[in-house]
Amino acid sequence: MGSDASRGIIGAGMERNRQCEVTAYNSAPMSPRNNDNMPAWSRRRWIAAGAALAAAPAAAQFRVEIAGVGGTQIPLAVGTLRDEDKVPVAVSQVVRANLERSGLFKLLAGPNGAAGADERSAPALHEWRARGADAVVAGSVMRLADGRFDVRYKLWDAVKNEELIGASKLVPAADLRLAAHRVSDEIHQRLTGERGVYATRIAYVVRTGRRFALRVTDADGEGGQVALQSPEPIISPAWSPDGRQIAYVSFETQKASVWLQDLQSGERRLVANFRGSNSAPAFSPDGKTLAMALSREGLTQLYSMPVAGGASPYRLTSSNAIDTEPVYSADQRFIYFVSDRGGGPQIYRMASNGGNAERVTFSGSYNISPSLSPDGRHLAYITRQGGAFKLALLELETGAVRTLTDTSDDERPSFAPNGRLIAYATRAQGADVLMTTTLDGKIKSRLVSTGSDVREPAWGPFGR
Amino acid sequence: MVQGLGTLGVLVLAATLAACSSTPLPTTSAPVETRTPLAAAGGSGTGAGASTGAAPQSQVATVDLARAGAGTALLAAPGQRVVYFDFDSFVIRDEFKPLIEGHAKVLAANRGKKLVIEGHTDERGGREYNLALGQKRAEAVLRSLALLGANDGQLEAVSFGKERPAVQGSNEEAWAQNRRAELKDK
Repeated sequence: MGSDASRGIIGAGMERNRQCEVTAYNSAPMSPRNNDNMPAWSRRRWIAAGAALAAAPAAAQFRVEIAGVGGTQIPLAVGTLRDEDKVPVAVSQVVRANLERSGLFKLLAGPNGAAGADERSAPALHEWRARGADAVVAGSVMRLADGRFDVRYKLWDAVKNEELIGASKLVPAADLRLAAHRVSDEIHQRLTGERGVYATRIAYVVRTGRRFALRVTDADGEGGQVALQSPEPIISPAWSPDGRQIAYVSFETQKASVWLQDLQSGERRLVANFRGSNSAPAFSPDGKTLAMALSREGLTQLYSMPVAGGASPYRLTSSNAIDTEPVYSADQRFIYFVSDRGGGPQIYRMASNGGNAERVTFSGSYNISPSLSPDGRHLAYITRQGGAFKLALLELETGAVRTLTDTSDDERPSFAPNGRLIAYATRAQGADVLMTTTLDGKIKSRLVSTGSDVREPAWGPFGR
Repeated sequence: MVQGLGTLGVLVLAATLAACSSTPLPTTSAPVETRTPLAAAGGSGTGAGASTGAAPQSQVATVDLARAGAGTALLAAPGQRVVYFDFDSFVIRDEFKPLIEGHAKVLAANRGKKLVIEGHTDERGGREYNLALGQKRAEAVLRSLALLGANDGQLEAVSFGKERPAVQGSNEEAWAQNRRAELKDK
């Protein structure tokens, strides 16, 4: 695949106010990229009449950066879709950016939609093979009379000379990016055997001056929308398993209270406003129960309540210490949580309806903010080493621990639903930023918010 | 339940996604059929946000609390209103006991008067754990006030954790000024 020349910066020379910038640097072996391979990153202004999207001000735009690539990459030729220049979203560019960001693909120039190439004409696969591609994508986008769009594409295997996927997606304008993410997921799954998370969303909190916003963005950092704006802090967003609601802690009443909000409608409900602080909401995997930390009886302890309401909190822990930050295991059998019952904060595990707890973290004197992988094999958390707070990963069966970053102010890890990535907040160049990392720490991707502090990432579920 | 889906399971899942339907294309080289205009049911020419039909899945509605008149911060009355704490501690130092005694006397003399005690931490450490630490500081002050004559019903202890620093800065001086409990009239 060529020497280990480092890959040039894609989109070099783009002005900062472009809405879609991708900067990638890595040291993996790769043939040098010439300008022909990458179409100009022109991003059309989004005009979706009636959509609930807020026009993103320049300060809230996101960039994704990739540093470090491990392993071999699948060479994939993705071209422009026929007629995509006539629709609000350049679908093929979203797909290319997605697949590139995973670090698992080497993107080559593909069939030219502007020249008429689409899903109807099988490309000369042996020619693409000769250009170094293992797989090829072509397609089209068409606006229907009812205002919806039909996104069609095919994926061909250039080595085996066969068609792998042929699909059509009918979406309203506001879901064109989502269609591109689903295309990306399908290609990713077909070529790697693993499920992609391109169609998932990430919730997070942005502080701009003295204002706070709970935002929801696509997993690529684009398409951000505001769910809640407040003059007071918002912390600890938690997704419902069906992805329709987010629970969070708001200080709008001058104390910590737990709210539940429906994303599409904006309807919100005060779930916990007991005496003292109400915080750290976590949904059970069946979506029926919320675990949270309440100080209503004088000490911060764990309780659970039905999401539907109508019942008093059920107390889960009875220690003389701080118990907080509950997270359910994916099979709902256990709750992992933070407790300082042993002196300093450590992570413990108990049955999900309460009872005896066993300690899970043993390295270091300060371990908080657990996030469990969906397969239950790994626990990501924050450990304090000296004065630094670092993202750590514990393999539960073996007890092996490693830290994943070289930053020193990491916060709040959140596993992606495919278990392959972890989102977390950290501090770089004096600002709070969001990052994602693979479990080996080798591929890191940066979600950058210019001029604003971003924190509290929560990775949403599959199913969109 | 989501994890562990095999490829087949994912394909089944993908096939049942509703609002963004995905249908497989024929693998023959036959040309794609002409797309006939679909009935208007469920579709709106202007796209998202239509009153009929399903809302786009990407839609997120914005709730703006500033408009709703929320966020009326209590102002701390002048005078001695802040108790400071050592690192990682919620013990009330002797130097603050006269301050607490003074407030307890006022509350004992005015049973209609109420206080909110807001606990805070410095910026180091996790947000939820610090919220709980701040709560412990507020509760410690509350217990002192109650022991010295205030009624429980006159007091509430809350916490802002590290979310509302009094002083910006990442040094000892700033940290020391942020580890505090503030007493505010309710």
